[in-house]
Amino acid sequence: MAFRYSVIFYLLLTKAFLFPFLLELVGAEDKQEEEFSEELLLRPLPDRKVLAHFHFESSVPSTETYGQHHILFPKAIYQLVQKFRIREMELSFTQGRWNYDRWGGFDPMSSSNAKPPGVELWAVFDVPLNVVDATWKNLSHALSGLFCASINFLESSASFSAPGWGFRSHSGYLRYGALPREAVCTENLTPWLKLLPCRDKAGLAAIMDRPSIYKGYYHSQRLKITSATIGITLEQTLTVVLQPSIQRPSAYSSGSSFFQPNWSISSLFGRKIIGKCVLAKTSLVFLELEGNLISKLEDRGKENTALEVSITPTRMFQEANKLQVPTSSIMYQFSVEEYSDDRPLDMGISWKLPIEWTCSQAPFLTSRFLMGSGNERGSIAISLKSLGQKEMLSDLRLTSSTDECKVRVVVFQIVPWYVKAYYHTLQVFVDGRSQAFSDLVKKIQVSPSEDKVSPGVMEMELELPCDVRSAAITLEFDKGFLHIDEYPPDANQGFDLPSAVISFPDLQASVHYAEGNSSRSPLISKFQARNIVQSYTEVLLVPLTTPDFSMPYNVITFTCTVLALYFGSLLNALRRRVGEEERYSSKVGIKRGLIPQVLSRFSARLRGKKTGEEPSSSQSSPSSATFGNKLLFKVVLVALFAVVLHYLNDH
Amino acid sequence: MICKRWSFWVSAMLPLVLRLFLILYSKNLNLGARPEIATPVTSLRRLAEGYWLKQSSMSPYAGSMYHGSPLLLTILGPLVVQRIEGESLHAICSLLFVIADFIAALLIRSTGRKLQLSYWQSLRFLNIEKSAATPSAVDSGDIAALIYLWNPMTILTCVGSSSTPIENMLVALTLFGACSRLVPLAAFGWVMATHLSLYPALLIIPVILLLGYGLDAPPRKLFKQNSSSESNPSKDKPATSSEITKLMFHPEGIFSWTPVLHFIFWALFWSGYVLALCAMSLKKHGGLQEMFNKTYVFILTVQDLSPNIGVLWYFFAEVFDFFRTFFLLVFHMNILFMIAPLAIRLNHRPCFLAFVYVAISSMLKSYPSVGDSALYLSLLGLYVNELADMRFSFVLFCGYIGVSLLSPVMHNLWIWRGTGNANFYFATAIAYALMQIILVVESVGAILNHDRMLKKKVLS
Repeated sequence: MAFRYSVIFYLLLTKAFLFPFLLELVGAEDKQEEEFSEELLLRPLPDRKVLAHFHFESSVPSTETYGQHHILFPKAIYQLVQKFRIREMELSFTQGRWNYDRWGGFDPMSSSNAKPPGVELWAVFDVPLNVVDATWKNLSHALSGLFCASINFLESSASFSAPGWGFRSHSGYLRYGALPREAVCTENLTPWLKLLPCRDKAGLAAIMDRPSIYKGYYHSQRLKITSATIGITLEQTLTVVLQPSIQRPSAYSSGSSFFQPNWSISSLFGRKIIGKCVLAKTSLVFLELEGNLISKLEDRGKENTALEVSITPTRMFQEANKLQVPTSSIMYQFSVEEYSDDRPLDMGISWKLPIEWTCSQAPFLTSRFLMGSGNERGSIAISLKSLGQKEMLSDLRLTSSTDECKVRVVVFQIVPWYVKAYYHTLQVFVDGRSQAFSDLVKKIQVSPSEDKVSPGVMEMELELPCDVRSAAITLEFDKGFLHIDEYPPDANQGFDLPSAVISFPDLQASVHYAEGNSSRSPLISKFQARNIVQSYTEVLLVPLTTPDFSMPYNVITFTCTVLALYFGSLLNALRRRVGEEERYSSKVGIKRGLIPQVLSRFSARLRGKKTGEEPSSSQSSPSSATFGNKLLFKVVLVALFAVVLHYLNDH
Repeated sequence: MICKRWSFWVSAMLPLVLRLFLILYSKNLNLGARPEIATPVTSLRRLAEGYWLKQSSMSPYAGSMYHGSPLLLTILGPLVVQRIEGESLHAICSLLFVIADFIAALLIRSTGRKLQLSYWQSLRFLNIEKSAATPSAVDSGDIAALIYLWNPMTILTCVGSSSTPIENMLVALTLFGACSRLVPLAAFGWVMATHLSLYPALLIIPVILLLGYGLDAPPRKLFKQNSSSESNPSKDKPATSSEITKLMFHPEGIFSWTPVLHFIFWALFWSGYVLALCAMSLKKHGGLQEMFNKTYVFILTVQDLSPNIGVLWYFFAEVFDFFRTFFLLVFHMNILFMIAPLAIRLNHRPCFLAFVYVAISSMLKSYPSVGDSALYLSLLGLYVNELADMRFSFVLFCGYIGVSLLSPVMHNLWIWRGTGNANFYFATAIAYALMQIILVVESVGAILNHDRMLKKKVLS
């Protein structure tokens, strides 16, 4: 093995490897101190893009005193953890969608760092069960202020949920919420950078040139807090997928379109690494070449190398070989310490030959889409397409108890209440054929949505045979109709449905490096941790019908007119008496209406004339007196009613 | 006569055959998703969801999907479950609705016959049967039953999936029970209808009047005037006829309390029974409290704003939130405030009063459907003789047809094509409400005119 690699990279290997410097970085064994480390991982991607993954980790040992000033650890986070008793929390701001097909779906990077578009927040609390919701609400407000984002929208119970087992197994204490519409920008990055001891003034964060990192295809900024008895760990990562500017020597351009672009740190970010953050315990840059790329490089030929790394790495270590993967990936490590202002670290790759490779992919490529037309109903479909990686699944047969090879798939999906899902219409299709629900679904937990109160949550565990080519889950829904105040300002754009999470609990995406333990890099140890393979599906855009937003007054007046018409005309029809009309017509010559009579009498009184002498009025006076009494009674009744109503209103 | 009877049965069977024929294509018609036919309370699709939730050991009222009765869930639930293959059960369910429609039609028919019999007897009692009788008087029971069966609204409701046919059958059962003095039956129908859709609770007033005063008759004042002016003519009638007369109406105008008390007792008994059954079926879940919250409170507070043929959905989608409670009160008050005036004015015509109540509640209810209209239109048919000179009947006829053609078009334009907007659909809803208002007002006016006409004839 070693011989083969030495042939491929003989250019690199002719230069002597110097790695004893690294040992100095590894400090004393004293765990009781606050630590900070910064790392950057770069990886060429098959579709001519480059993945850059910044990883900052600060940790603080558990201290007795509260509110103490810390040397490195951000005080804001420490207070957050103390106040809301957070056991675990992850917050991510993402723009763009991780391309599981091309950028990998079966490695630690995709399963723990790929996040759904928008904001995703989940937290596990160490508080009594009955105050978890209240703590979540307070936390969302605190984070909203801390990161200048509208995370406070997760406060309403209609936008967060308490997954049972579909997302993570912290039943009861876990809350999950996502805001797929949230836009991510520098205003979110700045507070995030503020949590770093050197901010972006020194160290690796200094190369985060805003225009370069925001023009990428994918941008995900993540913050993870893990609190345990030994202390609090804060993990901050920024994952960007960038497109290097394509500048290729003309001699090669004629050959093939599969030429990978050459790039370097300075061409990607526009800046060079000029030194570490002095507070950081470790400051490393890694270059990872995937196993598939390595094997392609091997096939290319042993005479000439296909790629060249511009700087000699401090160390190189390779993945401890897994059984099912033919070749293992290689990691080059560069220690930032060795570089300075005069000699900046500007690592890059130049490709000598066109090359094509694929990423390590999950057994199933998941996607989610909407079906149906019109604004009344539709259905959501989650499709799992097998990528034909039998060999990856074949060792599942060894682990599972039965002879059959089966792969477990857990689907966790949240739909907002205005998507009224009919869970009885859940259907599972395998290879295009509808299958009996109970054959495939091992476990299902549904908490249906309640209008304006809670979202619908579906957790479902499927057991699919390994040789299945495709599987699909469909769920019908009705589109809800909202009150005009509940529509967002751009109502006709539609509503975003948060991503579903599809995980494969049988599969672990972890990369073990042969000499990885000795490097003591938090990033490498993260890679070695057991990560369940999971992927997020697309965010769905559901157009909802809108009422006319300018109509409230018209609607109120029209409807009330109709009601008045009903009430008035029906009462009129009931009130009409037999022969009343004849009586009225016979007396109309003599008798005036009551109100004109009263009015005339009243005006006469005002004028001081005694009109009471008229015979007609003297006859009508007793009736008018009773009429006055009735009127008085009515007025008193109405006044009483008003007083009672007022009283009730006050209380 | 035999020919006439046969013609009824033939014309009653034809719509049933039509229904069975349409049921074959019910999958393609997809009427169960039409807002005109299935409301959130009556939709069978929601019932299936409730049944699924219950089967997966959750409360059927979990979430805000199902708002119907737990008893309906037990009966219809197994029939509406979607299986991968086998639509036979769904066909049974539809067949059940056809039967319900047929029973309702038969109940309306026999109610109509009783009404007509009592009406003729009361006319004979007043000695005006010759002058009041028009030569073209038709058998109103047959007419009403045929209206019910042939009404396209009923057919669509029956073929499309909703539980309205059952509710209508129970209302018809209540009236039939009250007219034929089968007190337990009337109480059962009333309790069940109220349990299923709340609004038939208003029918307690007509039912009590029916039991207390007897069937519809001219105003009681006329009988008093008549009996004071001349001797009772029923004495020289055959004994059987006078017995029927006694059964059908009380010319003395005395309110008999015994059947009313019986009714109250039976209503209490049945409601206790129904509630106990509901409590049993919901024992593991939220219990009765949750049932009331998810059914009656849901109906009264108009929580679902999806479009229907009423006016309230758009109103509450648009109205400012702080006025919501006020307008909820106003809308419900509009139904309640009319109860007393109508009951006072029409207390001699309890069945007609029942029609007016049904019409008003189906106009102002939170989630109206065409099935409700079908019921009151056929009850209107019971008074085809009395309402012969009703005004605007042609306008109403054309209006109903126009609205029922325009409303689906506007809905399609708004929801499916996106070319129209909500106001067009709301305009048809307003027009429909106006039609119903005119119908109610004019029919009330016509029946009062009819009474006036009778009075004139008695006095002359």
